[in-house]
Amino acid sequence: MPDLGKYAAEVLAAYGVSLLLLAGLVVLSLRKGRKARATLAEVEGRKHG
Amino acid sequence: MSLWEYANPVKFLGLSARVQPFVWGGAGLCLAVGLLWGFFATPDDYRQGSTVKIIYLHVPAALMAINAWFMMLVASLIWLIRRHHVSALAAKAAAPVGVIMTVIALITGAIWGQPMWGTWWAWDPRLTSFLILFLFYLGYIALWEAVEDPDTAADLTAVLCLVGSVFAVLSRYAVKFWNQGLHQGTSVPLATGGRTVSDVFFYPLLISMIGFGLLFLALVLYRTGTEIRLRRARALLARSERGA
Repeated sequence: MPDLGKYAAEVLAAYGVSLLLLAGLVVLSLRKGRKARATLAEVEGRKHG
Repeated sequence: MSLWEYANPVKFLGLSARVQPFVWGGAGLCLAVGLLWGFFATPDDYRQGSTVKIIYLHVPAALMAINAWFMMLVASLIWLIRRHHVSALAAKAAAPVGVIMTVIALITGAIWGQPMWGTWWAWDPRLTSFLILFLFYLGYIALWEAVEDPDTAADLTAVLCLVGSVFAVLSRYAVKFWNQGLHQGTSVPLATGGRTVSDVFFYPLLISMIGFGLLFLALVLYRTGTEIRLRRARALLARSERGA
């Protein structure tokens, strides 16, 4: 861990919030994508079945 | 072969599936290298201290917040002129990514501004135009959700995107237009190639910018695929309900 001096709280807060937001965006996108695949497979299965 | 071939959802999904592993991989690699290098291996700035490390997040996020809107503008124009559904869905898919980039830019800017400027926020031309751009993103997303018919929603959001582009331009050039306020000029002017950042900070920043760009591309490709599948599922359901 680098010595962040008197601005440690600011730097860590900036990295923490940003990485959390990016990770949240990726996770929610993947979850929505998986749900969409399942929905489409179900609807197509119903159509062909 | 024409670029318009990829307006066909099946062809788009095929191409997207082939390139996505490389784009996701490139994004992860560049973000890891850029951010770890910037955080662990760059020195403090003689005036900003360790807060200089915030630029590896703030600058790429701000860049992508504006560029995401320009990408939405191009996709919206394609929708309005050529009526390709994939372009409308790509614009829809990009908006949540753009809004997160805008939020990161605003939050990291405020966190940096407090110790450096002595304030979290100032009604400075660039900050204000960026806040308005954020509100446009929210309005754009809300409009997509509010209108039931997807083609009408695509039309209305495309017009909103055209209007919001004024603020995307202002966000980028506000410092030049008004030449006042707290926010400094661009650190890496792409047009002139000149820069005010020394090499020790510039290289990790550049890699981080590439990483954010690739992450944006990966997310937009993935999310556009999701929107295409949801649209197809809705169309099939509507057809089966009409047939029943």
